[in-house]
Amino acid sequence: MAQIKLENLAHSYISKPTSKSDYALQKMNLTFEDGAAYALLGPSGCGKTTLLNIISGILIPSEGKIYFGDKDVTSLDALGRNIAQVFQFPVVYDTMSVRKNLAFPLQNRGADPQYIKKRVEIIAKSIGMEDMLDTKASGLSADAKQKISLGRGMVREDVNAILLDEPLTVIDPHVKWQLRTQLKALHEEFSHTMIFVTHDQTEALTFADKVVVMDDGIVVQVGSPQELFERPTHTFVGYFIGSPGMNFFDVDIIEDIISMGDVKLKLHSIFPDLKGRVELGIRPEFITLSKDSGDIKIEIIRIEDIGYHKIVRAIHDNIKINIVVPEDVKIDNNMKFASFDRDHIFIYQDGWLVEPKEAKR
Amino acid sequence: MSLELKNVSMRVNGQMHIYDTNLTLENGTMNILLGRTLSGKTTLMRIMAGLDVPTTGQIFWDGKDVTRMRVQDRKIAMVYQQFINYPAMSVYDNIASPLRLMNKNREEIDVAVRKTATLLHLTNELNKKPLELSGGQQQRCALARALVKGSGLVLLDEPLANLDYKLREELREEIPKIFESSGAIFVYATTEPEEALLLDGNVATLWEGKITQFGPSSEVYHYPNSATTARVFSNPSMNFFSMRKSGEYIYFGDKQKALASNSLLKLQDGEYLAGFRPNYLEIEKYTDSAIKIPVHLNVTEITGSETYLHLSHNGDYWIGLVNGVHEMDFNSDIDVYLDTRYIFIFSQDGVLVEPAFSSIDSFKEGSNGADKA
Repeated sequence: MAQIKLENLAHSYISKPTSKSDYALQKMNLTFEDGAAYALLGPSGCGKTTLLNIISGILIPSEGKIYFGDKDVTSLDALGRNIAQVFQFPVVYDTMSVRKNLAFPLQNRGADPQYIKKRVEIIAKSIGMEDMLDTKASGLSADAKQKISLGRGMVREDVNAILLDEPLTVIDPHVKWQLRTQLKALHEEFSHTMIFVTHDQTEALTFADKVVVMDDGIVVQVGSPQELFERPTHTFVGYFIGSPGMNFFDVDIIEDIISMGDVKLKLHSIFPDLKGRVELGIRPEFITLSKDSGDIKIEIIRIEDIGYHKIVRAIHDNIKINIVVPEDVKIDNNMKFASFDRDHIFIYQDGWLVEPKEAKR
Repeated sequence: MSLELKNVSMRVNGQMHIYDTNLTLENGTMNILLGRTLSGKTTLMRIMAGLDVPTTGQIFWDGKDVTRMRVQDRKIAMVYQQFINYPAMSVYDNIASPLRLMNKNREEIDVAVRKTATLLHLTNELNKKPLELSGGQQQRCALARALVKGSGLVLLDEPLANLDYKLREELREEIPKIFESSGAIFVYATTEPEEALLLDGNVATLWEGKITQFGPSSEVYHYPNSATTARVFSNPSMNFFSMRKSGEYIYFGDKQKALASNSLLKLQDGEYLAGFRPNYLEIEKYTDSAIKIPVHLNVTEITGSETYLHLSHNGDYWIGLVNGVHEMDFNSDIDVYLDTRYIFIFSQDGVLVEPAFSSIDSFKEGSNGADKA
């Protein structure tokens, strides 16, 4: 096992890239710590699969280096990197039993039969297939086959990392829960370095210790699920993490006073002079509604009751605002004002979080 | 206009795919078919569309029997999970194609195409080819083609399932507006309870080829008639445990005992099945009517603002969804708390006996209009 380090890494599918837009991956420096679980999260086309393919050795980056521990593996193929991979669709030998499928990577490397037997049984138990070891794979459901693929990915203890490319896509939503927790338990048990690619925020946040959020070929934030939620360092993270995502308003800011159209808000902290596009971001969970007073005037368009909380869709000055209200808070259309929790207001300049000069409190 | 299914059933190769079903969908309503994969949603839609003829029963459109009428001759439109567009045609021509088949004149077509494109935010994409669009836009194009001909019945089979979740969120917010402006009967199949609540119409819960309940979605959510409906209409699934009511107490799990309160208090002595949704489980005692339940914690998952607890309780698999981020040891024994306000009581064979007190409260509030915009 080893730490994985990307140094000044970038990739373009074009042979002589000239502008930024020619790059599928913009230059990045990133370290994956040994034994941790990572998710690469972002919308289709953000570059996450390109990045995974570079780590696995399917693709050689056009710029930069990749290290496993101290060893430069930039030009080594997947075999030379000693990694395990699990793909979107199950890769299973239909004619073989579950046992033989799980044993395959060990047998290929000539492991001791006693060890193989023991190891296969451990893995089978952790994917919940210990009673099916001698069943042929051909008749099994897609879920079961994907479990075998996951198990086979885990079976070797000596791999540098396990790379998973949207492994839960084919799984029925109600089984996803189980597989996801099994995966998490497997990580806890064997502590392999795992890198998991997904476009699904729930999958990424629940699985990973650290989430690498990508947009448009750029790594916009690397952080724990809590950090991404509580302190997005880029507007994309605010928008992409959370459902609904963060609300944004174009503003001007002078020291601790924000101007939003005609409205002025006083903040807890003083900000430096900012150029470019300045935005205020606040999550829907940190806005409260009131009948008679508040920071801004709003008009409620729709209230969506989704059981354990409500989503209020409103507008202020032609801008859409989402507000999340706990189940037991009563809401009615006469609520014309919204207030922002000062501790959860963030300021962004051209997309990136700005630190205040000083906190006043 | 209305669509009526009368004693419709469907058998394929000796297997029942749809059991005897009676269902009436009224003009201008949004109807959600909610159920897991293979519960019969697509089969039911194909029968409604006329793509398949049911084994028994009849389908009436506006009182007229259309059971054997070909799909081409019915005024329906269907949108599938996969984005189906003509790749060689522009977005404009894709949207126009159903009207051209109806031999409409050029002006009529142009007006209808532009109006529909505006509704679906495709005005700037009309000259592009579908494959130049994002996934969300491709599905908008397929939706536009379904809406443009003004069908009385629009069938949507998990139309958002193949989209990234942010695009799903965006389209999901727009579908009620699209529906309202169409005036048609919408039938919308989904596996996700949250989607059924957000779209806010009628919901039919499906389980193994049977409609278990049909009614306004908030009513079905708060008053599920059976444990099966409750299970379908809860994500993660509702948690259940067997219990015995005797005098002032309930007995459950491995020799556990608690004082009966709220809906439990109303019960006659006897054996029941109790159910509660995952978000009502707590790891601290916040209220007096919360009962303490010892469980085994298998794994936790943190979403950034919430923590999922995967638990075992006396052989049952439970999920708890708790606010906030909690680091806890995997594979440990812990105590969780459940306010009896949130417990639904079913008979041992799964028929609703008492709804949760919380349901009664929120429904009172909903019915006097305070809850609706």
